[in-house]
Amino acid sequence: MPNQVPLVSYLVLGDDPHLIAHECTNCKARFFDRRNGCAKCFGTEFKDVSLPKEGKVRAFSIVHSAAPGIKVPFVASVIECGTTRVSANIINVDPKPENLKLGMKVKLATYVLGKDEVGTEAIGFGFEPA
Amino acid sequence: MASENLYILGIHMTKFGKYPNRDLIDLAAEAAQGAFKDGGVTMGDMNILAAGNLRGTGRIGQPLQKQIGQTGIPVYNVTNACATGATAMRVVMMAIKAGEADMGLAVGSEKLAGVGLLTGANVKADGKTWTPEGRFDAVSATDGRIGTETMPGVFAQIGMEYGSRYGEVSFETFAKISEKNHYHSTLNPLAAYQKRMSLEEIMKDVMVAYPNTRPMCSANTDGAAATVIVSEKKLRTLSKAQQDRAVKIAASVLTTDPWEDGCQVLANVNTCTREAAKQAYAQAGVGPKDIRLIELHDCFATAELVHYDNLMLCDEGAAVEHFNSGATWREGRQPVNVSGGLESKGHPIAATGIANVWEIATHLRGEAGPRQIEGAKIGMTHVIGLGNTCAIHILQK
Ligand SMILES: [Zn+2]
Repeated sequence: MPNQVPLVSYLVLGDDPHLIAHECTNCKARFFDRRNGCAKCFGTEFKDVSLPKEGKVRAFSIVHSAAPGIKVPFVASVIECGTTRVSANIINVDPKPENLKLGMKVKLATYVLGKDEVGTEAIGFGFEPA
Repeated sequence: MASENLYILGIHMTKFGKYPNRDLIDLAAEAAQGAFKDGGVTMGDMNILAAGNLRGTGRIGQPLQKQIGQTGIPVYNVTNACATGATAMRVVMMAIKAGEADMGLAVGSEKLAGVGLLTGANVKADGKTWTPEGRFDAVSATDGRIGTETMPGVFAQIGMEYGSRYGEVSFETFAKISEKNHYHSTLNPLAAYQKRMSLEEIMKDVMVAYPNTRPMCSANTDGAAATVIVSEKKLRTLSKAQQDRAVKIAASVLTTDPWEDGCQVLANVNTCTREAAKQAYAQAGVGPKDIRLIELHDCFATAELVHYDNLMLCDEGAAVEHFNSGATWREGRQPVNVSGGLESKGHPIAATGIANVWEIATHLRGEAGPRQIEGAKIGMTHVIGLGNTCAIHILQK
């Protein structure tokens, strides 16, 4: 199996790919990016927590124009994984309004995004209908 | 809050549209000189200049002075996303309230005609080997792979998210909002597009980001707007004609989005708007029902809907019912975006927050001609700067 790297560091690869969030140890606010502090309580200590791999669609848009290299149309969405909202594409679905529904159940899926010059695969993620 | 009242003394906007042969300064100068003429004053009367521009040099104040008058006054160059123009107004107001000025000019100018899709910054070229970069350690571009940063897609989701909270909103409902605004534009000679569009035409037009088709998106145009703001004390020294046309700024509020679950995943334009509206109603001593007409930030049809609720024009969760009641059409109880809104008037970003004020002030002065809303004594303007900022002004005559 080729070497793999995740598209972003909050995607954890391995036998059981999943997403993690950086949770404020004081107020439990969750974030995905590198943090300088907590936007809710101003604390500066965080721990990583795993998110459920299943969620439901809170918002979506079928996007028909995008930066070069991105295949359109695609489905941009906000997924609720438990109580944590995640930005993701809905994948493995024909991107038409009739195939998408607010509240629909989805689950995390990963895919190979591409290979670099030394053959390392970058792994992306999305959510697919559950 | 300082007690002295502030007034719009003069205000002007250029027609929004395409100006291939005129630059940011030409447009800003037309707006500024128009505002001076409207207010019966000159550059020599200004004690402060706040100049807004987002996507050009972002520093147009001094170049503008060099065309319309170099008097040595302080200049503040302002950028605050789509709230840039409204922020420039607030800079002038804060200077007056602080006692550093008694009259000042706020101007916003933008060249956007022909600019394509406005995307986020997270576009990254792939290197020879995957290299983590940025706050997410991304090895490649994330825009389009992890959701979208394009404005039509972001605001589409903001509209859909409203549906998640209060019941699904149909594509047709969003499209009808656009139908209303395009209908309104037919009476506004300063709008970039003045074409009435049928619901069917809107729904069958090019899909940009479902449920927003092209006519449901704000139009990228050129344009500028400017206003002269004056203290009440100074106003009382001016002529009766000037005093008679002055429009009171009953409230001026700027907020940002307070932290809430999910607010860093999908832009939250709701919390900052609701809070700004609350503060503005309190400052002006009025309630939503007292507002005769509203210019709100319909950067996309999906956005207009959520702001009916955020501005408390309807009961919580009742934005669709409110729209379906006909209240927000120009013939309705409380018209919204009689200018045609950003979808047809155009959205030259830095000019927008002042152009909205121009629209309301023109109705309050009874000078809106064929599109005049009768009995307009109190009106409201609202802009959103994605990221997020909300600015609200309540004007009173
Ligand atoms: Zn915290």
